[in-house]
Amino acid sequence: MTMTDTQRSTPVIEVDRLGVTYGQVRALQDVSLSLAPGRICALIGVNGSGKSTLFKALMGLVAPDTGGVSLFGLPIADARKRQLVAYMPQTEDVDWTFPVSVADVVTMGIYGRLGLTRRLREADRAAVDLALERVGLADLRRRQIGQLSGGQRKRVFIARSIAQDARLLLLDEPFAGVDRTSERTMVSLLKTLRDEGRSVLVSTHDLAGAPALSDEAILLHGSVLAHGHPSEVLTPDNLARAFGQATITTPEDEV
Amino acid sequence: MDVLAFLLEPLQYGFLTRALAVTLAAAVVAAVLSCWLILMGFSLMGDAVSHAVLPGVALAYIVGIPFSIGAFVFGAGAVALIGIVRSTTRLKADTVIGVVFTALFASGLAIVSATPSQIDLMHILFGNVLGVSAGEVWQVLVLGAVTLAVLLLKRRDLTLLAFDRTHAHVIGINTRRLSALLLGLLALTVVVGLQAVGIILVVAMLVTPGATAFLLTRSFDRMLVLSVSLTVVASVAGIYASYYLDISTGAAVVLCQALVFTVVYLVARPDGLLWQLGRRLRSGRARRSGSPARTSGTVDAVLPGDPLPGHVRTGHPRSGNARSSDA
Repeated sequence: MTMTDTQRSTPVIEVDRLGVTYGQVRALQDVSLSLAPGRICALIGVNGSGKSTLFKALMGLVAPDTGGVSLFGLPIADARKRQLVAYMPQTEDVDWTFPVSVADVVTMGIYGRLGLTRRLREADRAAVDLALERVGLADLRRRQIGQLSGGQRKRVFIARSIAQDARLLLLDEPFAGVDRTSERTMVSLLKTLRDEGRSVLVSTHDLAGAPALSDEAILLHGSVLAHGHPSEVLTPDNLARAFGQATITTPEDEV
Repeated sequence: MDVLAFLLEPLQYGFLTRALAVTLAAAVVAAVLSCWLILMGFSLMGDAVSHAVLPGVALAYIVGIPFSIGAFVFGAGAVALIGIVRSTTRLKADTVIGVVFTALFASGLAIVSATPSQIDLMHILFGNVLGVSAGEVWQVLVLGAVTLAVLLLKRRDLTLLAFDRTHAHVIGINTRRLSALLLGLLALTVVVGLQAVGIILVVAMLVTPGATAFLLTRSFDRMLVLSVSLTVVASVAGIYASYYLDISTGAAVVLCQALVFTVVYLVARPDGLLWQLGRRLRSGRARRSGSPARTSGTVDAVLPGDPLPGHVRTGHPRSGNARSSDA
């Protein structure tokens, strides 16, 4: 996909004074942020800080009370129809016993481009093959997804967004349940995707890993506490505000 | 009696060939649908829809319209009602389903009891496949063909919906409409199955074939094929068993499906009960004799590239089946 100059300068994500409530609970309040193309951004916050709600708002899965979201300068529904957005679910949100193979899942990435019955043409098969190659899962394409390791499972979903050729990747806790070696493989893969002009928003509680991965960071706690270069955002002061007094949390603390 | 005579004897009766046609049509459609139902955790929904059609069937007989229209209206209505109550309360889905379908079933019983002469409740509840008229055969065949065609045309989208609803939404699919389509097809399938096995047992046709096939394969397409072919075998066997043993046809068909499930549950490789027991025995014996045991047959070979071969790692202590809930 080639980009015109306007596309290059239009923010990938533009959130304007967004507020979301569930019943009596205010999940997000007055959230405004903007993400430029070709950036990896870490979305950091404790559980209940509104990370998942913000993701849902970006995908149009919750209706905002106030404010709004536009993606690539478009309403969310239009961005979805143009296959611009990809989402990678958390490990525990996936049914790993589901009878689909690695290739089946990656193929689902291109469904949006296919006709009514989603019949594949030769070019579509090639796109799936290429995506599998890029994440190093070509040999395991026929394997049922439950028979993969933690790192391989994550890479299946990255391959799906590559096949989709999405411009914005939303990754929900991508490093949970992944060992360090696989995490390094994934980080370099995400950086390659960024260098192609794609944007990546990664929700994570992993403070240690965030600077190595991301170009910028957002600290979320119901509203945006800080947004900028990871070193400016992840200051002791900010972290105390976001995480409470006992600052640094380990993955095991996350509930 | 030779085999050919054994097979042909029942077919000389028109009512039995009609029964065979109706049962096979219903079983095949239900077997296809069941593959998605069991993967989505919708088994209880199948039970709910089948019970909820009773007032529709009763009213259709009273008014004198085809039973399938009344049944479909109430089946789809039950689905809509469950959806509305679910989305406007904090109650869990199974609770709402329990309240709605029992209420509709009870109102059906009330209607039938108030108009005793016209309707045979036993036929609605337990099926009357030996008594179907030619007109009813056509209703079943046409509805069954339409349902099957839509299911097969949309099978990739339905599998995507069952597997990852959020992704379906993100790539621009209207998941609400697709869910409604699936539930509408469920209501149609129930209508088709009513004549064959009745309201009470139709849920067996909606669950057992898919469950059996799931135990046999890890591929969805193969699951569809297995589900249909095993259900055809079970249905034909059930009809013949019903004829020769003189037992209820609906019961015989469902029992044959359950029998197939049981056999698969016991002997399917590698996860059937007998293989599990065999592995446990072997590893126990190996431990006693001091040699290292080969524990599991499910996870094969070391996977290239990753240090944790086939190891299921759950990232968080919470977990369970927290599937993405809404779209």
